[in-house]
Amino acid sequence: MSTTADLRHTLEFEKPIAQLEVQIRELEGQQTARQIDYSKELRQLRVQHTELLRKTYEQLTAWETVQVARHPMRPLFRDYVELICREFREIHGDRRFGDDSAVVCGLTRIGGQKLVLIGHHKGRDTKEKIACNFGLAHPEGYRKALRAMKLAEKFGLPVVTLIDTPGAYPGIGAEERGQAESIAVNLLEMSRLKTPIVSVVIGEGGSGGALGIGVADRVAMMQNAWYSVISPEACSAILFKDNSGASQLADSLKLTAPHLLRLGVIDAIVPEPLGGAHRDKHQAAHALEQYIAKTLRDLKRVKPENLLDRRYEKFRHLGEYTEPSSKRSARVG
Amino acid sequence: MAESTAVSVERSGIPAGLWMRCPSCGAMLFRRAVEDNLHVCPECSHHFRISARERIRQLCDENSFEERWADLTPTDPLGFSDKKSYADRLAAEQLKAGTRDALVSGRGFIKGRPLMLAVMDPTFMMGSMGSVVGEKITRAIEAAVDESLPLVIVSCSGGARMQESTLSLMQMAKTSAALARLDDAGGLFISVLADPTTGGVTASFAMLGDFIIAEPKALIGFAGPRTIWNTIKVELPDGFQRSEFLKQKGFVDFVVDRKDLRSELARLIDYCGK
Repeated sequence: MSTTADLRHTLEFEKPIAQLEVQIRELEGQQTARQIDYSKELRQLRVQHTELLRKTYEQLTAWETVQVARHPMRPLFRDYVELICREFREIHGDRRFGDDSAVVCGLTRIGGQKLVLIGHHKGRDTKEKIACNFGLAHPEGYRKALRAMKLAEKFGLPVVTLIDTPGAYPGIGAEERGQAESIAVNLLEMSRLKTPIVSVVIGEGGSGGALGIGVADRVAMMQNAWYSVISPEACSAILFKDNSGASQLADSLKLTAPHLLRLGVIDAIVPEPLGGAHRDKHQAAHALEQYIAKTLRDLKRVKPENLLDRRYEKFRHLGEYTEPSSKRSARVG
Repeated sequence: MAESTAVSVERSGIPAGLWMRCPSCGAMLFRRAVEDNLHVCPECSHHFRISARERIRQLCDENSFEERWADLTPTDPLGFSDKKSYADRLAAEQLKAGTRDALVSGRGFIKGRPLMLAVMDPTFMMGSMGSVVGEKITRAIEAAVDESLPLVIVSCSGGARMQESTLSLMQMAKTSAALARLDDAGGLFISVLADPTTGGVTASFAMLGDFIIAEPKALIGFAGPRTIWNTIKVELPDGFQRSEFLKQKGFVDFVVDRKDLRSELARLIDYCGK
């Protein structure tokens, strides 16, 4: 286990954990410098540290989960590509307007399976973040993704999408070029794309911007990801007129993976290493790779003529209401 | 918003006064005259928001509309609560609007032409889309396929309903997938956009019409103007996200006055309906 979580990036609720990590590092330093054997104390501290991590992460509130999903050290799309894919042939542009760096598309292999990989990329350092607009895609991003999916369909390759966006970009150019239309068309076309699709929310699943590449045969979430119709802050801005309700609304929005599994919105949760993906990106990537490889194998067994019907039914049954006349109340999942 | 007074009077169904002020041109208007003019200002042609029932009354041949799935009732699947619980909010809205949720759907006739019709209701939680709205739209689309009827959806909505969170979001996928089937079946879908049409409604079925008609000066967009302002802090261009702007940008086919909507729909059905 790595204990190198950068102190500058310590979340409020992780502070006691970080303090323990500092203690461990100091003791290790003294052990080397003074040649004194602290192995017993260190062992104790490490046990304490693991216990505290486990306890903290078992009891994460929804709002804390949102913060983990946004952790500055959390693995991003390109990290996973680097860790999972030996090669990634990135394609560029929607052939209509431009190339949106917030959505990355390319050809690759995962678990020996050739496929088209698509995902939001938020960027790590400031320069990269600005270049890919913090993962907030424009219409050309969604159109490039659709172009990549059509290629996949044509050449019989499955599609894997990794979702990580606060939302689709709300700006003048995005509106002028049909942000809503680009997402709507993706929803329609993904529902009838004649090739298997697997989607995993790896970090933030922000509303239509996430769903725009998220209509799939199997939808999963990383353990500490969130997925919602609106971010807790934006929801609070509307219902409370400021940010003050974000924490309460994060709870109300039921945006965590366990809730969404129960509601039938997702099919699986991809486990993260103890203390979140940001503590061990290799382990996180390994779990993600395992999930994708296994799911693609499962989907390969579905007859093509059944695939689209099942995809349709999957979304057809989402929603909850009562219908007195039919003596039937529809429930999700 | 200036229109809210007019809407609140309209939705209560009680004549709050004989006179009203147009929020657009400021003229004092005789309420009856506005109502007789399809809820359009006789002075400046401002299109007031109208309830789903009023829209259906305006569009369909007299007594031709058969409502379907009227008793679909929303629940509070998430136990959502902000300053008020969703359950309480629903009860209050149902009492006020006199409908169970924000959409009325069914089969009707326009100038003798049969069609499936789904109309969003801005008087109920700003026409927002939760499970009931998504389900009724999907059923209307499926019925249009099964019965080989043209489909018209009149959108008027603030977007996906926050109080049903991801379930609301999934209605976008559900309705769009149903439209793919209608498309595969060669069915006609005309999307009519009234003020306002934003968020998850625009980003799903509303933008997927074979033809898209907008009422004059309707606000149509993905992000609302306030969200955009909050994000980029840049003055928005004049007429930004209005029907005429969208037509100019290539996202709307026709901007049609309310008085001409019936004949426009009938004409398109004649060209493309089965």
